[in-house]
Amino acid sequence: MILTIAIREFKALFLSPVAWSLLAVLQFILAYLFLKQVETFMVLQPKLAAIPNSPGLTDIVVPPLFGNAAIILLLAVPLLTMRLIAEERRNKTLPLLLSAPLTNAEIILGKFLGCLGLLVIVIGLVTAMPLSLLLGGELDFGKLSANVLALLMLVSALTATGLYLSCITQHPVVAGIGSFGLSLVLWLLDTGSQMRDHRNEWLEYLSLLRHFQNLQSGLINSVDVVYFLVFISGFLLLSIRSLDKLRWQK
Amino acid sequence: MTLLLEADHLYRHYGKRCAVNDVSFTLSRGEVLGFLGPNGAGKTTTLQMLCGLLAPDTGTIKINGIDLLSHPKLAKQSLGYLPDTPPLYKDLTVQEFLRYCGQLHGMAKPQIARAITQAQDRCGLQEATHRLIGQLSKGFQQRLGIAQAILHNPDVIILDEPTVGLDPLQIREIRALIRELGQGHGVILSTHILSEVQESCTHVQIIHQGQLILRENVAGLNQQLEAGSLEVTTRLAADLSVLAAIPGVTRIKPLTDLRLQIHYRTSDNPKQKITETIMARGWGLQELTPIKKSMEDIFISLTQDDAP
Repeated sequence: MILTIAIREFKALFLSPVAWSLLAVLQFILAYLFLKQVETFMVLQPKLAAIPNSPGLTDIVVPPLFGNAAIILLLAVPLLTMRLIAEERRNKTLPLLLSAPLTNAEIILGKFLGCLGLLVIVIGLVTAMPLSLLLGGELDFGKLSANVLALLMLVSALTATGLYLSCITQHPVVAGIGSFGLSLVLWLLDTGSQMRDHRNEWLEYLSLLRHFQNLQSGLINSVDVVYFLVFISGFLLLSIRSLDKLRWQK
Repeated sequence: MTLLLEADHLYRHYGKRCAVNDVSFTLSRGEVLGFLGPNGAGKTTTLQMLCGLLAPDTGTIKINGIDLLSHPKLAKQSLGYLPDTPPLYKDLTVQEFLRYCGQLHGMAKPQIARAITQAQDRCGLQEATHRLIGQLSKGFQQRLGIAQAILHNPDVIILDEPTVGLDPLQIREIRALIRELGQGHGVILSTHILSEVQESCTHVQIIHQGQLILRENVAGLNQQLEAGSLEVTTRLAADLSVLAAIPGVTRIKPLTDLRLQIHYRTSDNPKQKITETIMARGWGLQELTPIKKSMEDIFISLTQDDAP
């Protein structure tokens, strides 16, 4: 049942130009950034060869590419998630789901997975770029997969956030602005923590960026993975709750 | 007759305003229940509670004997619902949409194909199978909304104003469809059009300001329609027992000493007899006004706060 909703949601993205335009624009920007990194590596290569234990091709190309992808997706994911529930409420199609024999958890998970499906394609396309380097070089696959995991975790977290905000308003645009704002705050939390001499560990701990970068570095720490899992399930639970609450609206 | 739906003492408030106030009723298989009321009477709120879209403040709802509030998933399996705005995805074709609805109700693939054909036949959608919903006319969209509600052959079908936006010919078709559905299912439909209830329902329920003020079968309603009344003014006080003895007179209500309201059965038409009696007894007939009692009158007299 979850899959039925997820597939419908996924297809809906491709029925309108939304998915296509998003994939095209993202791919264009990221390809440019990717080529820039490759160019950087070409310039640095002679110098790097002289240094022992120098960073390799993967270190120079992959983390900046995935880091940039993360920032662009921070902008793009709210655009995708904003309509998930808000638009159904606005078009009055939500009763179809609510009067069908479905639990609210199934509706929310279906919507989440459907939207995530498109983002997995985005990640796949991003990953394909460094993989193309295999034609003439070697890659550190451990590091690459750590980056893929980091981006997947981040994107899931952003989707869950956006889904929640889409549940609490009827206006897709409000949901979009809200989830963009919330994601950005969570992203930037740790910049505030460095303003004083003593570091604020709590803020640093809550920041999405910190955990994303930890994973990106190739060090897959269960703390970071658990942070993301808790983050995602937290927002999914909130979404389910707020869908429940619609029945009690005053 | 199997009891398909039981609503027991439902209350629902919006803020301080009480939208539904102590509504209880039942629906059996083979019944078409017309939910009649002016706009804002609480029809849609009640229907939304029956479908699990809104939670009642207090009260219980049982569908097919299953409690909707504690086992929503199970209870909703025997429920088909058309909201006041048909819930249609404008980017799908009719067939895709119906297939999705079938999947949402957990139907198997071959079963869905059969159900779609049947629902399309019943709602006259055959020619629109491959058209995009966004491009359909309002009438077709409404019919698709009904098709969606009956697709999975639910025991209880709830239609919120099903004939809104249809042309007279389509209205006739839909009413015929509703009557047909009523034979094997339990149907609840809401409307503010009285003739709709007369044409397609077996039972009628009038709701006003959140309260049920009448529950009657349509035969009973038509009987009420057969009832006429007269207002008679005489010069001298009339003997009520003599008037009451006239065949066809059902009830006499004295308004003042000299003014009487006489209720009678239209089939017996005792008007002439009444006039003759009053003349013969020398009470001095001053005025005799027939009071027209149409369904509208019943409706208005029931729903007006200070009904006479």
